[in-house]
Amino acid sequence: MEDKLVLQTANAEELTLSIAGLGSRSYAFIIDWHFRLLLALAWFIGAVLLLGGSFDKHFGELFRNSSASLWTVFLPAVTIYFLYHPVLEVMMQGRTPGKRIAGIRILSLQGQTPEFGALLIRNVFRLIDSLPIFYILGLGVAMGTSRQVRIGDLAAGTLLVYEETTQELKRLPMFSTDSHLGHADLELLQDILDRWSDLEEASRISLGRRFLERLGETPDVLESEDEQIHARLKNLLESACGQLSS
Amino acid sequence: MDSYPRDRAMTAWLRARADRWLKLNTLIDHQRDHRDENLEDARNLVKGFRALVRDLSLARSAVPHSKLTQQLEALCLKAHEAIYRSPSHLRRQLIGLIADDVPRVVRALRGSIIFTALLFLSSAVSGWLLVTQYPELVSLFASETMINKVQRGELWTKDLLNVVPSSLLSLSIMTNNIFVTLSAFVCGALYGLGTIYIIGINGLMLGGAFALTAQYHMEDQLITFVIAHGVVELSVVCIAGAAGIRLGEALAHPGDCLRVDAFREAVTEASKLLPVCAIFLVGAGLIEGYVSPDKGFPVASRVLIGLSYGVLLWLVLTGRAFRRAKLH
Repeated sequence: MEDKLVLQTANAEELTLSIAGLGSRSYAFIIDWHFRLLLALAWFIGAVLLLGGSFDKHFGELFRNSSASLWTVFLPAVTIYFLYHPVLEVMMQGRTPGKRIAGIRILSLQGQTPEFGALLIRNVFRLIDSLPIFYILGLGVAMGTSRQVRIGDLAAGTLLVYEETTQELKRLPMFSTDSHLGHADLELLQDILDRWSDLEEASRISLGRRFLERLGETPDVLESEDEQIHARLKNLLESACGQLSS
Repeated sequence: MDSYPRDRAMTAWLRARADRWLKLNTLIDHQRDHRDENLEDARNLVKGFRALVRDLSLARSAVPHSKLTQQLEALCLKAHEAIYRSPSHLRRQLIGLIADDVPRVVRALRGSIIFTALLFLSSAVSGWLLVTQYPELVSLFASETMINKVQRGELWTKDLLNVVPSSLLSLSIMTNNIFVTLSAFVCGALYGLGTIYIIGINGLMLGGAFALTAQYHMEDQLITFVIAHGVVELSVVCIAGAAGIRLGEALAHPGDCLRVDAFREAVTEASKLLPVCAIFLVGAGLIEGYVSPDKGFPVASRVLIGLSYGVLLWLVLTGRAFRRAKLH
């Protein structure tokens, strides 16, 4: 299995992208499937109620009276459900809400946002990828291909990669400090603080202590509680970054 | 600490460069969101990218697995995409597709189109012969409701407009036709066998339906119903089938290329016919919803509509519709 897409820049520097596996692909699809189903249902229910219909035994009357109800209730709901992927992938440059949440996006084999035609082809081939049910054929092909792509991707020359964001870029200047902490230590400290609330209490206390010990910090905090260690680490980062601003 | 001098160097470097990376990031976001044609911005983007690649190279050797390197790689990818993205000329591409690409692909697929048309025709004849010889087999090709109606001396399309309004009928027909067309194309990925199956089944069904109506001397009514929309519908099914066969051929005989590359190339080429097919199917759906079931249209006008629309389709497919425009 290839797990990287390597791009060559004009300066002969290689850029690598991690190829998304079956897990991320399926995760994104399941989220998207829920989104489009809920959106289509929301439209359907909203339109029926707005047109004065009801969901009891008189439900059919709304559609018996005029074909306009069918156009305003059924057609948009079906359109939302079936055109969700192609429309959003084109509008969001190879992404959908589900893919965003899964942290993946579609790229061409050249590492570019796929063209309109390629995205459409990729979606047209869902007809065959979804055979016989639940995308069994597509998943089978993805399992058998080196880049874990379905038939639609093979046809369109696309693949799914993990999306690297530049959100952390703004925090890079804070590492340009003359503190006694090295660059790697500062990054590590920032990481620990970022993930503090996600870690279990015992783990974060142990991690915080080990970090402070590594720096040769005084042992008075080592026996203290979670909040004190957190505050100590935060002070450490702030004092390091404070030297930059001063 | 032993690494202190190196960290000081890193600090100095970060201080010197970080601001430029942030500016480059903002510039890329601006370009992506606005797409204005500011030449100075474009120059700055290219210059910034070159410098960034050098910085990335340095970061990779100094702090290979750091967040800094990871962020620079992400920024580099973003800049690379912004610089190397294909220009978007939708109008020009559409004109090029219809005036040049479609006729070229149709010429290239001429053999496959003839093969698919013959396959469809032979399947239709087979369907006809099967139902004529073994009338009980008609249930394979027609629903019970259809058979019962024909046995009562009515075509199943009779009073269709009393049951379903034209607009809805057109929509459901369009959807179904586009679905069949796309299926005939994509099923070519099963080494062409899926396409052959779809074309064969559609041919058998058509032949079977005509044989059923012929048994009750109603074939002329069916022809009257079909003629206005059928020319384009059947042509489009054959063209989509030919495109599907092309996919199968590419998989079976990839030539010097890798099989997957040959397949991708075949899809890219053959799929150029699909937009034209889809547009004409929308028209055919409207005709089938509004003209075909309406008894107010005499046979002559149905034939005229069917043939004119069919000729228009083939003029577009062969590029003759645009030849005069190109000469000018």
